Amino acid sequence: MQSTSILSAEVTVALPEKSLVTLTINGEKKQLELAPWTTLLDALREYLDLTGTKKGCDHGQCGACTVLVDGKRINSCLTLAVMKEGASITTIEGLATVDENATVQLHPLQDAFIQHDAYQCGYCTPGQICSAVGLMNEGRAKTTDDIRELMSGNICRCGAYPHIVDAISEVMQIDKNS
Amino acid sequence: MTQYIGKPINRVDGLDKVTGKARYAAEFNVPELAYGVVISSAITKGKIVRIDASDALSLEGVLQVFTHENRPKLAWFDLSYKDQDAPPGSPFRPLHDEKIKYSGQPVALVVAETYEVARYAASLIQIEYEEEEHETSLEANKDRARKPKSGLASALKPPPPKPRGDFEEVFNAAPVRTISRYVHSVEHHNPMEMFATTVVYEKKGKLTIYDKTQGAPNSQLYVSQVFNIPFRDVRVISPYVGGAFGSALRPQYQLFLAVLAARELKRSVRVSLTRQQMFTFGHRPATNQTIALGANADGEMTAMYHEAISETSRFEDYTEVVVNWSGMLYPPENVILDYKLVPLDVYTPLDMRAPGGVTGVSALECAVDELAYKLGIDPLEFRLKNYTERDMNEDLPYSSKELRECFRQGAERFGWAKRNPEPRSMRNGSNLIGWGMATGIWDAMQMPARAEAVLMVNGKLRVSSATADIGTGTYTVMTQIAADTLGMPVEDVLFKLGDTELPLAPIQGGSWTVATVGSAVKAVCEDLGKTLFKLAKKLPGSPFSKVDYQDVVFLDKSIQLKADSALRVSLQDVVDSNGGRAVRETSTSLPNMLQQRKYARSVHSAVFAEVQIDEELGTVKVTRLVSAIAGGRIINPKTARSQIIGGMVWGISKALEEESVMDHQVGRFMNHSLAEYHVAVNADIHELDVVFVEEDDTIVNPLGAKGLGEIGIVGVPAAISNAVFHATGKRIRELPITLDKLL
Amino acid sequence: MNSFSYVRPDEIDVAIDDLSVHHAAKFIAGGTNLLDLMKENVERPARLVDINRLPLQTIDDTAEGGLRLGALVTNADTAYNEQVEKRYPLLSQAILAGASPQLRNMATNGGNLFQRTRCYYFYDTDMPCNKRKPGSGCGAINGYNRIHAILGTSDSCIATHPSDMCVALRALDAVVHVSGRLGERTIPMADFHRLPGNTPQYDNTVQPGELVTAIELPAKGFADHYAYLKLRDRASYAFALVSVAVGLDINNDGTITEARIALGGVAHKPWRRPESEEQLVGQSASKEVFQLVADSIIDGAKGYGHNTFKVELARRAIVRALMQASKLEKIS
Repeated sequence: MQSTSILSAEVTVALPEKSLVTLTINGEKKQLELAPWTTLLDALREYLDLTGTKKGCDHGQCGACTVLVDGKRINSCLTLAVMKEGASITTIEGLATVDENATVQLHPLQDAFIQHDAYQCGYCTPGQICSAVGLMNEGRAKTTDDIRELMSGNICRCGAYPHIVDAISEVMQIDKNS
Repeated sequence: MTQYIGKPINRVDGLDKVTGKARYAAEFNVPELAYGVVISSAITKGKIVRIDASDALSLEGVLQVFTHENRPKLAWFDLSYKDQDAPPGSPFRPLHDEKIKYSGQPVALVVAETYEVARYAASLIQIEYEEEEHETSLEANKDRARKPKSGLASALKPPPPKPRGDFEEVFNAAPVRTISRYVHSVEHHNPMEMFATTVVYEKKGKLTIYDKTQGAPNSQLYVSQVFNIPFRDVRVISPYVGGAFGSALRPQYQLFLAVLAARELKRSVRVSLTRQQMFTFGHRPATNQTIALGANADGEMTAMYHEAISETSRFEDYTEVVVNWSGMLYPPENVILDYKLVPLDVYTPLDMRAPGGVTGVSALECAVDELAYKLGIDPLEFRLKNYTERDMNEDLPYSSKELRECFRQGAERFGWAKRNPEPRSMRNGSNLIGWGMATGIWDAMQMPARAEAVLMVNGKLRVSSATADIGTGTYTVMTQIAADTLGMPVEDVLFKLGDTELPLAPIQGGSWTVATVGSAVKAVCEDLGKTLFKLAKKLPGSPFSKVDYQDVVFLDKSIQLKADSALRVSLQDVVDSNGGRAVRETSTSLPNMLQQRKYARSVHSAVFAEVQIDEELGTVKVTRLVSAIAGGRIINPKTARSQIIGGMVWGISKALEEESVMDHQVGRFMNHSLAEYHVAVNADIHELDVVFVEEDDTIVNPLGAKGLGEIGIVGVPAAISNAVFHATGKRIRELPITLDKLL
Repeated sequence: MNSFSYVRPDEIDVAIDDLSVHHAAKFIAGGTNLLDLMKENVERPARLVDINRLPLQTIDDTAEGGLRLGALVTNADTAYNEQVEKRYPLLSQAILAGASPQLRNMATNGGNLFQRTRCYYFYDTDMPCNKRKPGSGCGAINGYNRIHAILGTSDSCIATHPSDMCVALRALDAVVHVSGRLGERTIPMADFHRLPGNTPQYDNTVQPGELVTAIELPAKGFADHYAYLKLRDRASYAFALVSVAVGLDINNDGTITEARIALGGVAHKPWRRPESEEQLVGQSASKEVFQLVADSIIDGAKGYGHNTFKVELARRAIVRALMQASKLEKIS
């Protein structure tokens, strides 16, 4: 006979208290009433309907949930929304800009991903693009080998890697054979 | 006219994908949505004795805990649980009874107002089990191997042909012989999107279901039968699928659970699986293969034996075509091909990218390399010497087979001629370099499908079929076919899929979508063209009043006289004449069986691999890979290249990394996460080169396209294994080739 | 994930007090490992004390000529810090060999020390594990143990410490500064992590209620002769099967005057054997000498089946890393 009880006896059964969390998302200030156990990823997807940020593993093992927090790329599944109080978050929905004529101006990486067919199913794509924006902000990648290494935190199960590297190296003006 | 077919146009759904607008099954947010979290069995075999959900149910926000004890009465017969891809047997029924059939089996669904509450509540539920002895090891149980049960699936997955000639005698007399055994591990599909279903509970109990599926109609069929709901009350929608690779060919248990909860609670419910739970349903089965080859001194292969023993569950006989390829690729007259199953306490395996094909060919093409080495013949030359123009299993000619050209162009691109055949002869500093090659093959199939085409009042064309786009490019390719057939710019064509309200199409699998749905799209656009032409003839002062249909072409959004393009009627004028209504046609396309059955129909590839191996540390890097593909007509070279590259990445991943490792003492896959189940990352992938060889085929289907979803992976693991041998002199017959095997 | 309360203090004392007075409270910084484990129900804190606002965010010179890495500086900022890159390239390289850029942007120096094992059985609450649930047994010893330890194991536990950074810190003889209600103290890296013995539930020697405030690097950084070699099942974004951090001092005539060799992926803590390192002192670099030292370092190593290959792999990896550090072999 085997019994599976995950909780030890002394832990009491109760719900956590909610609090007000203020986040600036894609330039817009958002206030949410959240319990501390809501991850930034779930806050975006389930509470703000910003489903462009994807859940691919929920454990920091795939990179699909990559967003930019104050310009730095992170896995939004491994941080609590409440921990990002006051932070400025950019998601895939916030990368393109809309000009005065209401024309959508894609981020150069978004455009390059389309031109190079740097995706297939599209599920890892927002994470790849946000990660690549972070990569550019970091300024560490000088060769395509650097891009390969520094984009390895974003798994693409469809296997679009060569095209992803082509798209990023074009935007970063890195020689394709480096 | 082909303005678009054959052109590398950008994906029509690209903008949605790069801006985050593309929505997948778990991303349709509706008011009052409840969330379900699945609890998985802690044991592998036995039964549930007690479930204590009292703590969970006491939590505010928990709506219900569904288990076998309180599930509603559902369909009784096995047949009701059979989806379009169900193998022979009794399909698994979630929450059916107290019995546990495999590790990770869903045993309860906790539904709550929020995902977090459901997740917490799930951790509070206590389940007591009574365990029984389980058997999960293929190796330990292979003496139980038996013939698979046959069923409807046998039509698409034929059993091995009967033995031909006299293998034993010819093999025993052959001057050059090899016998080897190949072992492949279990693999899991692990698409990036985890399985999820959002069931929207509509008025009067109608359901709108957003499901992760490779065929919305398949999910509809399953839900309708299991829950006894009329088809019209179940609409399944699946506009985007975050990868599937076969895993969504069958409805998975989250669909069942979400529908059950929505109906019982009378509200909308979403159930998403965790990454860990992505290891609790179908997988690529483990196999043990034995291959014996005999050749005469001239290098002519005379005898071939290929046996595969594979696993299945205790409740269904999953089969795949593993050994038949040997008889399709090589010409020996004395052949035994055999395929057996061992039922184990695991979930039923499931088609995974090039199911059986990559398995069998990976072993076969290594064995062929071994034989070539024994004969002292260059592996490429050996394959050319043993080339067959016929499928020897069926004794039929190929409808087209440009494999010879694949060998030639691939070898040239790779530089194969410069290879020193001696193992361990090539180095780069302290690294050994190896070059290997292999052949690939997959079926070129076509299924029946329906499609609708509508010329809308605004002059735009809407074409639809209930097929899927799992990343393969269906949206784009169908748009191209429709645009060319009716002379429209792609910007004016909208292709819709993934919705059971659309005309019926088969599940997206087997690389048949372009052939199947593409043919239906072509047919319906032609039918619509004929209707439009009839309308055009009736227009006042029509230039076509005395013209036949075959004398016109569709070009530049108009119907034009072939002989004089100045004589034209715009499509807008045609639809304007239709009394304010759109013009629509629905058609069915059927494979031309009478013609097709006279031929074997396959897509082929030649793969060349370069590996760099750190001799002391055993690490393998695939530095170069060239795939030359004969896949018939290429509708879109851009998306086609992506598919082949994707297959090549899968091939590298399979050859070197992928393995779901079961601890047979507990009967569970232990590396059930993306941190420990390794798939290729960006840094693993270097130079990949794709060559599409021209291949004209008028038999396979009206488009001449053969489908590319599987062929990209098929030859890759063998090419890499053979390159590893060339580099090191070691034959690794067990995949994946991890560094420990080369120490 | 269980239910928990949350606070975000601004002061170190407040954070330490809060942790001490609350039952089952835990600090959270980057969260990359803790939240992962909370979602698996392996960690079940009743309270999270978010320390991200504490003033532990800088990298400063020490009076002794070393560098003090604030506990809350991220792994990425540490690896790319100009001083670290210049004076402690071994540390930079080790950090960059771990995880992914996203995770390194989140994970902190303090948190890295507290990474828990990747043992499959530890992660799976349906399985026995003495580390997660003392007394429940070890699933790995007779189970699937490819990633497990070959040195310093016990009958209760064969888990490894998964960090790359800590391997370099161990080689560099870093010192960890901790603060508690009773004041501050320092723990040498050698004593920070522990072997499992029959209490594998304790990964390290930090006492309940203590907070890591900084990691101090001594002046000696081995910037001229160093190597971090990591072997894993794919080219990136995977934990080490075996990793080796080497720092050498070599004088002008080519004699080795000091050697540090630390191993990752082989034990419950970053593994060093100073008496083996001593064998290198006074020698000139050569493959033969390195092989003898490698044999000595892994002396007594024991495989458990799936991980038995690690014994030979570790031996070869040590030799290779020494060859690279001494520049007898190019880093490829």
